[in-house]
Amino acid sequence: MNRHRIQRLGFVLVGCASLLVTAPILLVVASIVVRGASAIDWEFLSTMPSQGMKAGGILPAIVGTLWLLGGTALICIPVGVGGAIYLAEYARDTWFTRAIRLAIVNLAGIPSIVYGLFGLGLFVLFLRLGTSILAASLTLAIMTIPVITSTSEEAIRAVPVEFRTVSASLGGTRWQGIRRIVLPQALPGIITGIILGLLRAAGETAPILFTGAAFFLPRLPRTLLDPTMALPYHLYVITTQVPGMPQQVQYGTALILLLLVLSLNVIATVIRSYFRRRRQW
Amino acid sequence: MHNSRWSEFAVESLIRVLGFSTVGLVALIFVFLLREGLPVLSEVALPNFLGRAWYPTFGSFGILPLVLGSVLVTVTAIAIALPLGLATAVFVREVAPGWAREILKPMIEVLAGIPSVVLGFFGMTMVAPWVRQTLGTATGLTAITGSLILTYMALPTLISVAEDALDAVPKSYRDAGLAMGATQWQTIWRVIVPAARSGIVTAAMLAMGRAIGETMAVMMVTGNAARMPTEWDALLRPVRTMTATVAAEMGEVAKGSTHYHALFAIGIVLFVITFAINMTAARAIFAKRRRGGLR
Repeated sequence: MNRHRIQRLGFVLVGCASLLVTAPILLVVASIVVRGASAIDWEFLSTMPSQGMKAGGILPAIVGTLWLLGGTALICIPVGVGGAIYLAEYARDTWFTRAIRLAIVNLAGIPSIVYGLFGLGLFVLFLRLGTSILAASLTLAIMTIPVITSTSEEAIRAVPVEFRTVSASLGGTRWQGIRRIVLPQALPGIITGIILGLLRAAGETAPILFTGAAFFLPRLPRTLLDPTMALPYHLYVITTQVPGMPQQVQYGTALILLLLVLSLNVIATVIRSYFRRRRQW
Repeated sequence: MHNSRWSEFAVESLIRVLGFSTVGLVALIFVFLLREGLPVLSEVALPNFLGRAWYPTFGSFGILPLVLGSVLVTVTAIAIALPLGLATAVFVREVAPGWAREILKPMIEVLAGIPSVVLGFFGMTMVAPWVRQTLGTATGLTAITGSLILTYMALPTLISVAEDALDAVPKSYRDAGLAMGATQWQTIWRVIVPAARSGIVTAAMLAMGRAIGETMAVMMVTGNAARMPTEWDALLRPVRTMTATVAAEMGEVAKGSTHYHALFAIGIVLFVITFAINMTAARAIFAKRRRGGLR
């Protein structure tokens, strides 16, 4: 066979592989959107579940996920971004800096269920926080820190070194240069990283299984020490633990979770591309 | 002026502490797993713990079926994902026209963002019935169903790291290949991919680390039968992974019981496996980065 024909065949083959990768993604999203859309109305979003969760809405799961997101953000943003500033601006290439980088790669790779075990051992039992929003948020935050640190570090490093030199030449201290010049320039990248990290946390179930998620609660959580329902755990519960669950409710819940995650994804992408186009360096 | 010196010193010290915190966190996680998991060794004889039967209610805590279950599901998933992901990375980097790349990249990001429970739900409602019908298995909740879902969960990592590896091959290699009269296709498979080999291996390892730690989707679609997956058709039968065992059973055990310690011990095994995988992958990445680009 002619080698140019082989090339054409090969290109078709790798193209087909890409289709095989992407088609199921469309299938997942489309099937959930199509079957879930009919379940969603204002009542579904704004009322408590009723009749053993087979009817009514999923309000407590939505509210719970927002609580968890807020709690996680509060903890992981300062730690993650602070770590990134250290790595990008202060760390020298020593064995200790390398240890930090290895730690970040490893943190990012620890299975989510192991985070769940750790959260149970440290926050719930050792620190006696009980199964609570606080314990679950702390667990999710630790899982999110490596994502935020590595993306923020990249964003801070991308700011040209001249910005720092000019700031120093005008008499600014190192921290002033970072705070007034470097961080504002790196902000879009940092925000993108934060959103991507939180998006992952929003969809996680395993870390909150034993640290804060509740099967069913008759009222909304009031303090950080209450346990809470959450969208991903709720989806797990109504698909595997409750027999005779109407499919519509399952698809509706899956769709809300998917919409939350995808809209965060879109926001991150828009911020990134908007500022990349406007950037002047 | 003195005041601002002090606040500057305080801020910089705080940033240093935050920078160091990640090392502390990894150590803390390991310490707490050991603290809660090691007692199992004094409560259960080692041959029992490494045995072939996991029946906690009858005092059998053999983790072998769970380890093999995880290995079976993960290795199968990577065996499917590696050719698929490498071909996609080659397509995106080397072959695809601009518009196709603009569609593919965001779609793969979407896949990376889909929560594990949602994929598990899809697996239960769509993939499992399909597996049961096409492969004629007794139930759709089998090891292969889990592997198929895991394949797609591993693909985003695999594709993006493999892409970086291909990207890091110097342009001169490409030019040299083409100048020798090779077609673009020949250059890709005989020059660029071999040059990116170690980066592609790293991609597969990171994806494997992801896959072996995946919990919810796997628990929802593999049927969760804690039996030794050693028959020739083990892929077509239900299986139980380490992660699913912890997730399913931890909610019901008494704190401080042998069963509780045993589940933490499984956590130690998972931690050590993923730590080893990520350490090796990270070394490869850092070593290559110092030489300019992952290859």
